[in-house]
Amino acid sequence: MVHWSAEEKQLIASLWGKVNVEECGAEALGRLLIVYPWTQRFFANFGNLSSPTAIIGNPKVRAHGKKVLTSFGEAVKNLENLKATYSKLSELHCEKLHVDPENFRLLGDILIIVLAAHFTKDFTPACQATWQKLVGVVAHALAYKYH
Amino acid sequence: MLTADDKKLIQQVCEKSSGHMEEFGAEALERMFITFPQTKTYFPHFDLQHGSDQIRGHGKKVATALANAAKNLDNLSQALSELSNLHAYNLRVDPPCFALQLLSQCFQVVLAVHLGKDYTPEVHSAFDKFLSAVASVLAEKYR
Repeated sequence: MVHWSAEEKQLIASLWGKVNVEECGAEALGRLLIVYPWTQRFFANFGNLSSPTAIIGNPKVRAHGKKVLTSFGEAVKNLENLKATYSKLSELHCEKLHVDPENFRLLGDILIIVLAAHFTKDFTPACQATWQKLVGVVAHALAYKYH
Repeated sequence: MLTADDKKLIQQVCEKSSGHMEEFGAEALERMFITFPQTKTYFPHFDLQHGSDQIRGHGKKVATALANAAKNLDNLSQALSELSNLHAYNLRVDPPCFALQLLSQCFQVVLAVHLGKDYTPEVHSAFDKFLSAVASVLAEKYR
């Protein structure tokens, strides 16, 4: 069980309250596909992924990015219970989607950079540390049911 | 592999940051120590408090080395040869590339914080590749 201090919970909740889930989600997924192009292997039916501009403007990427980050919101609401929260999604990513869990770590790091670019100096070192911890435990929870 | 466009973007970022070397390097290190406390194990001899002279000095060293690497993108192995020896034989940052990846993440966060939306997906991609290449060269001689 992960322990969250009062300060960490505050840093998570206050930042999350200001996040535009649709924009940030689209940005994070888009950047994943651009910075780590091999991740495009999971999105073969998304249409045009031929350039950064195409990826960022791709409506399927945007929609899926929103879905992914919305799901992240569940983590924020269930910090004490992440493994249970992501149990079904973990099974899905293993059994149906066949996603190497390393990709969850990559997406987590990308999300951090998107948040940093968006919030600039409000994304303090303490904020980064807390959020880096959060993306790490989410990645762990998503990998938990792999077999 | 760094494309011609990547190289241009990397050099542009370094030029934009040239007046802030010490600041960015120090901030990256500070973020790394706070976010990934295991990295402090390499600096038991440092005062790691916020704003310490040692962090500022070392941050400047790291950032200057990166700026130098950015001027020698066609020849990273040679440009970083001394540092490569240092990291392999003296510092032995372990596991190779992993700990350096943590610093890479923090350096990119610093750039994102200071450049905001100018840290575009294209710049992000180019810089990630650059830091990855630097880490690879530094780990070349490990074994």
